[in-house]
Amino acid sequence: MHPAPAGLGYAAVSRRFAAVALVCLLVADLHVTTLHPLADLARLLGGLVRPDFLAVEIRSVVYTVAFAVLGVGLGVGAGFLLAVPFARSRPVRLACAGLRAVHELFWALLLMQVFGLSATTGILAIALPYAGICAKVYAEIVEEADLSALRVLPPGTGAVSAFLYARLPETAARMRDYTLYRLECGLRSSLVLGFIGLPTMGFYLESAFRQGRYAEAGALLAVFYALIGTRRLWVRGVTLPVLLVGAVLALPPAIGSADVGASLTRFLGHDIVPAPLRTGDPTSPETWARLWAWFAPILTGQILPGILQTLILAQIALVATGLGALLLFPLTARRFAGRLGRPLGRVLLVVVRSTPEYMLAYVGLQLLGPSMLPAILALALHNAGIVAYLMGRHADAIPYRPDAPRGLDLYAYETVPRLYGQFLAYLLYRWELILRESAIFGILGVATLGFYVDAAISELRLDVAVILIAATAALTVAVDALSRRLRRRLRIDDLPTRLSGPQRIPCAEPGGG
Amino acid sequence: MIRRRLGRLALGVLAALAAGPARAQGKPPLVFTGIPDQDESRLVERFGKVARYLEDKLGVPVRYVPVKSYPAAVTAFTNGQVQLAWFGGFTGVQARRAVPGSHAIAQGAEDAAFKTYVIANSATGLKPGKDFPKTVAGQTFTFGARASTSGRLMPEYFIRQAFPGRTPEQVFARVGFSGDHTRTIQLVQSGAYAVGAVDYSVWDLDTKAGKVDPKAVSVIWESPPFPDYQWTVRADVDKTYGAGFTDRLRDALVGIADPAILEPFGRTRFIPVTDAAYEPLVEVGRATGLLD
Repeated sequence: MHPAPAGLGYAAVSRRFAAVALVCLLVADLHVTTLHPLADLARLLGGLVRPDFLAVEIRSVVYTVAFAVLGVGLGVGAGFLLAVPFARSRPVRLACAGLRAVHELFWALLLMQVFGLSATTGILAIALPYAGICAKVYAEIVEEADLSALRVLPPGTGAVSAFLYARLPETAARMRDYTLYRLECGLRSSLVLGFIGLPTMGFYLESAFRQGRYAEAGALLAVFYALIGTRRLWVRGVTLPVLLVGAVLALPPAIGSADVGASLTRFLGHDIVPAPLRTGDPTSPETWARLWAWFAPILTGQILPGILQTLILAQIALVATGLGALLLFPLTARRFAGRLGRPLGRVLLVVVRSTPEYMLAYVGLQLLGPSMLPAILALALHNAGIVAYLMGRHADAIPYRPDAPRGLDLYAYETVPRLYGQFLAYLLYRWELILRESAIFGILGVATLGFYVDAAISELRLDVAVILIAATAALTVAVDALSRRLRRRLRIDDLPTRLSGPQRIPCAEPGGG
Repeated sequence: MIRRRLGRLALGVLAALAAGPARAQGKPPLVFTGIPDQDESRLVERFGKVARYLEDKLGVPVRYVPVKSYPAAVTAFTNGQVQLAWFGGFTGVQARRAVPGSHAIAQGAEDAAFKTYVIANSATGLKPGKDFPKTVAGQTFTFGARASTSGRLMPEYFIRQAFPGRTPEQVFARVGFSGDHTRTIQLVQSGAYAVGAVDYSVWDLDTKAGKVDPKAVSVIWESPPFPDYQWTVRADVDKTYGAGFTDRLRDALVGIADPAILEPFGRTRFIPVTDAAYEPLVEVGRATGLLD
């Protein structure tokens, strides 16, 4: 379909990624340090299938939804406004790239220094990165839209009118789909914020997993899946005002009487200023020499090893995701799974996809001990679930000849070859997301960048933490740029990549997820 | 049990519906937290009791806020969300350096001479001894939380003393941070780590609770004494609750005699203390590179 330029075809790219992943596997720390992981897993599953619904803290469910609704609401609103100047303004594009390159959990750790354990921290931690993501996606949706309506507008039409009458009607449906999908992500983010102390479901999930109360964890997860599974029922045009107002009313009451002004001044004016600059005279060369003496060990002892481990984890997870997706997608494709198997396969993949990877990694690390193995499994499972689900839909949309082969022949000689470009587009797009998540897993004990961020925060060295987070963001932006270049060289950059992409998959139901 | 849970459920719904306006009372509640150093259910039990006791004694509403990590406790203290905290020795030093005017007011009687236990899985064959067991070199080793005094700061200091010029990462085959002492015991008992450093009071509490299998894990070294846990309070409580509040708070804490409160703390009583008692930890913090 898309002939690739000589020297860099689908096969060559796939081989190179796989080869690098193999090398990474050799140097990665894949040790299982626990002695009875299977017995623990059996206990875990036993608890999960016998959920104890009475143990669910209802308030945490309400807060999870409230943080998600308001965080996504704010992010979407800001993203919408930023989308207008996005294409023209480089500073806006850079700002958005920076916002979305920092993970929600990192935002939360920073915001907590100022706003404490509060609703403000929870909402902003979701809103800030989501504003960056939404600005980019909305701008792309507008860019890809049909512009014929614009050309017939009378001369002298204002920019606002032109947008409202000619562009918005074209793009509203896609934006709505994407926003609905963002809310699902927001619910996941909101849950995960509980793992670091905000009062969402993650708070109780963390306790339940840590203390082995698996029946309670099972109930919390069941409630969470129900929330995500029914979101089309409770997120509608008419319920939106109710949801927003309800979310504001349901926010947790403020704890204590934190003085935000003073905290913000201290945070910006002292805490995150590199230590040598706090006292030294910024015009004297001696201060700068001390700054370098301060920074050099951070660079060689934390940033570089952290980046290396983060890249290694992301590389292995990316290739594992690809293999997993190729294996799993037939489960949701009509021709392979059949009429009975397909709905089951879909349910399986939707459950896998709805499970936050951070939580998967947390559980995996408890079962297997702190190595890269649980992190790889968590990333591969979650992302393979997503890619396989999408591939299944593409597979169903392929027009096959009436005499097409069946089974393995169809899979190997027709379906996979025809979908391979699309497959690579999805994977390369998820590379950046996997990398962002790989860095955050450091908080759980894997030696990626987050590991050093966690150490810096434990030592109250916020200046170091901010530098490490900035390094993580820069790495994410760089990988995003590399992924985009690769997609362009492979000529797959016009294929859909997002879960709820700007281009509909023909013959598939709208929305997607 | 079921009824209590149903009650909790109903309360949750009510709170969710009526949330927002805080309970109206004359004074804002005194909010406190504690570092999450062990099993959460024990923390909820002990701090719930302390909250009720203090409310009674001081005549102001008192609330306990749970946090998920040591630095989160320090942050809640520095940004003023909590006015009082049960810190470890090191987190207390961190918090008082970040909040000028805040002071340590009371410690457990046991905290003046606290200890770290080095524990080992029985499969290692390591034997208890009087001096730091240098035979641990090459094993896998887990600390507690990164900012723990008895689970990180002091053991790291003793390790660096026993192996001059080497960091724990260079001494051991693998170094981990379990997050809390209960977890450290579980990890060494299960063999996930061969050796670990643990707070002796949590070891005793968990042993009493029957959570420790003496055939699988045992103490191989007892550290020299050092100062540890303490109650630290912010200076602004006197402004909020009236002059002399800090003294009343100290007296209330020192006056705790109810074994039901003291037992989940693993303390016999609380005694007054000043910041100076923790000066040695500042030195240790600098020596291990954890403090500037």
